[in-house]
Amino acid sequence: MTTFAEVRSRLARPQQRRYLPLYATLALLAVMYGSGVVQYEAFSDPQVVLNVFIDNGFLLVVAVGMTFVILTGGIDLSVGAVVALTTMVSATLLEEQGWPAFVVLPLVLLIGSTLGFGMGCIIHYFEIQPFIVTLAGMFLARGLCYTIGTSSITIDDPFWTSMAQSKVRLGDNFVSPSVVIALVVVLIAAYVLAFTRLGRNTYAIGGNPRSAHLMGLPIARTRISVYTISGFCSALGGVLLSFYMLSGNSLHAVGMELDAIAAVVIGGTLLTGGSGFVLGTVLGVLVLGLIQTLITFDGRLSSWWTKIVIGALLFAFILLQRLITPRKR
Amino acid sequence: MLVVLLLSNLIFTPTFFKVEVRDGHLYGSLIDIVRFGAPLIMVALGMTLVIATGGIDLSVGSVVAICGALACWRISEQGDQNSVSGVLVAVALALGLALLLGAWNGFLVAVVGIQPIIATLILMVAGRGLAQLITDGQIITINSSPYKLIGGGYLFTVPFAILIALAVTALAVLLTRRTALGMLIESVGGNAEASRLAGIHSRRITLMAYIVAGLCAGVAGLMISSNVSSADGNNAGLWYELDAILAVVIGGTSLAGGRFSIAGTVVGALLIQTLTTTIYTTGIPPETTLLFKALVVTIVCLVQSPAFRAKVFQGRRRPAPPPAGPTSATAEKVEVPA
Repeated sequence: MTTFAEVRSRLARPQQRRYLPLYATLALLAVMYGSGVVQYEAFSDPQVVLNVFIDNGFLLVVAVGMTFVILTGGIDLSVGAVVALTTMVSATLLEEQGWPAFVVLPLVLLIGSTLGFGMGCIIHYFEIQPFIVTLAGMFLARGLCYTIGTSSITIDDPFWTSMAQSKVRLGDNFVSPSVVIALVVVLIAAYVLAFTRLGRNTYAIGGNPRSAHLMGLPIARTRISVYTISGFCSALGGVLLSFYMLSGNSLHAVGMELDAIAAVVIGGTLLTGGSGFVLGTVLGVLVLGLIQTLITFDGRLSSWWTKIVIGALLFAFILLQRLITPRKR
Repeated sequence: MLVVLLLSNLIFTPTFFKVEVRDGHLYGSLIDIVRFGAPLIMVALGMTLVIATGGIDLSVGSVVAICGALACWRISEQGDQNSVSGVLVAVALALGLALLLGAWNGFLVAVVGIQPIIATLILMVAGRGLAQLITDGQIITINSSPYKLIGGGYLFTVPFAILIALAVTALAVLLTRRTALGMLIESVGGNAEASRLAGIHSRRITLMAYIVAGLCAGVAGLMISSNVSSADGNNAGLWYELDAILAVVIGGTSLAGGRFSIAGTVVGALLIQTLTTTIYTTGIPPETTLLFKALVVTIVCLVQSPAFRAKVFQGRRRPAPPPAGPTSATAEKVEVPA
């Protein structure tokens, strides 16, 4: 005997549950921004928010790739190392080998994608945990960086410097071209996840791999594509970072995989896979960026507080996820 | 694998196996390997237990940094850095904190029910922030001879760190192989729900595994910071979790849980340290260490994977004796993404 109220709550809940983490992140963002505006006069300048985008464009791209992987229930620990490898390879080829920018750019993107593709193949065909395979990928990419060189290489290629210095005007304010690229990536990713077959398969595999298999969905193709996308996004993120830093360094982006995972989780994507949105990831990156901005504005707190706050937020959101999802074995 | 590495060392650097007594201490490359490998052995031991319960602990590197930082900070605060009681208090404080951090991880995994990777990821991110908070972002240098003993000192001509690692290993072997504890851990790792129904306190066992992992990481943190007489919140124990996992996996413990080998882990940790030392002594640029590690971890995982064995041995070639076949095949596999 079930009452009407029970039936309604059962029907209504899954929908609400899907969006709950997203609302939580939005509320958090609003509170953080609000407290910033109240505390600091200069905070209300729109440029502050745009600067968050400028400073985190590369992280946004990397986190978008990570969203795909986490949606399938996997994880990619190699992203930070691939970002560093990309900056290092571009810097070396541009500065020491004198290769033109239009050759280097596609090449580094190809390297990142190939690396992702290789890891995807090993994960799928040899059934090894993504965590371990991407860990090996991380060692490999970081190792390659160190093999190329341990010192920082400055980039003064005309194309790179123009990308770094030009400004895209938005009324009185501006953003860098990198932000435009990052937003385009976000839009494409959102479109792919929401409206294409690849997107639907990604959600299906993350939701329940076994039923996806029984439904005859192309698991191999989807899984490998997802890691390839993540590899591509990391390489693109690396390119954006090298625009931002104008240098290649094997120590760039140490720990960025954690930032990316944190952004995805704070953005409400379930780590068990199957539920989440790219928009959430954008919000997650904004939260991370705003934390940094707030700490910079405060001036009394040191930068390591960022890590502690991110850890605490990660904890809160994982707890939230734990509460709204049924226990999965 | 370890044998191969040692043999190649014998050929390339003849002095490698020479162990001599100088100034009443044991000297030699082998001793160095064990000595510098001692912290890794400690961390990997704790990691073995956690992995045996089907979990994983990503936070050990951060715990290493936090404990080293706390101990060094406490010692640097006191007037006489050489006072034994002061050092003991600092060590006790650091180990107490390590125990708490381990318990926190265990609480999240066993009681709240969060996936181990994620639960420990929190402490991995926040922990480094905490370590920097303790050291105030600086590198704390201390000058305390009693503290120096833990990581850099000697007792009965043997480096003290080796003795600690030996004692802990022996204790672990005794507890897990002479009592029912090891079997209980494997049972929880095999199927936590089934072992709970069979009357095993699976939550308590899981909690304990994380606490032990925290404590072991804490001891490793003390060893590392004491060996260099300083604490660096940012870099101490960086990527230690990965080395420890690598050691455990090389040692033959399945990442799926339910089966573990302490002896294997110790060999795995020594292998990693030998690899590092070999690279240093043979004059290969040390930067390539990571490449070798990537290669080793891929090969070991591939050899362990049933799917890989099924595909390689039945698909491409006739059944062959295990080690020779996959090594060449995986080498190709790794080269592709490069």
